[in-house]
Amino acid sequence: MTSTRPEKSQLYYPKMPANWWLRKRNYLLFMLRELSSVFIALFLAVFLVQIYRLGEGAEYYAAYMRTFSSPGWILFHLVALAFALLHSVTWFQSSAVVLQLRLGEQEVPRSVVMGLHLVVWLVASVVILWIFIVY
Amino acid sequence: MNEGKTCEPFWWGLFSAGGVVAAIFIPIHILITGMAVPLGWLAESSAVYQHAWVKLYLFVLVSLPLFHWAHRFYFTLKDMGLKVIDKPLAFLCYGSAVVGTIIAAWLLLRV
Repeated sequence: MTSTRPEKSQLYYPKMPANWWLRKRNYLLFMLRELSSVFIALFLAVFLVQIYRLGEGAEYYAAYMRTFSSPGWILFHLVALAFALLHSVTWFQSSAVVLQLRLGEQEVPRSVVMGLHLVVWLVASVVILWIFIVY
Repeated sequence: MNEGKTCEPFWWGLFSAGGVVAAIFIPIHILITGMAVPLGWLAESSAVYQHAWVKLYLFVLVSLPLFHWAHRFYFTLKDMGLKVIDKPLAFLCYGSAVVGTIIAAWLLLRV
């Protein structure tokens, strides 16, 4: 490559302290948003164990689901739900910025795009609830 | 690999798709299996898991958000100063998502 980009050793790399994200509220919110993916992944790992139990048989599955009624598991799922909701809201917000919808000459306001996302989310949740509970 | 070209767009695509799937579908699943069923608000029908379309849906529900996690976790750890172990970190994060995807496929097929 024949560019004028300097050698890597000459580039400026700012040194950041490890706790930079505790300094401002926005940085903390950013970090919590990133952390949401960890709790979603943890939930999915637990969900995979649930599917494993299901493969063992109905009795094993029922026994496994009973352990979820303990306070510790309820707390885990509450925290996971809080992070999942944080992810949903922040994801829809950033989508509303990225997706620039147009109606003729007019650009659709971000609040409307955000609202559409919320409607899709609500409808999808009701459909999933119906499939897994009522079906 | 050509200089200047990376496979990052591929991983970013999985991250983005996983973000959408997680945002729309994960909260209701946490609510159902983590709270509504254990607390006795609702009774789940486990027969639904036998259905081929449901299995395919659950495969996507597990796999894509795992890649979403891998991407976010990797870049967050880099932001927190773990740049020195860049390559092993990438391998560990994306590798975990690949392993999780294979496990999900295996578990769903044996239900």
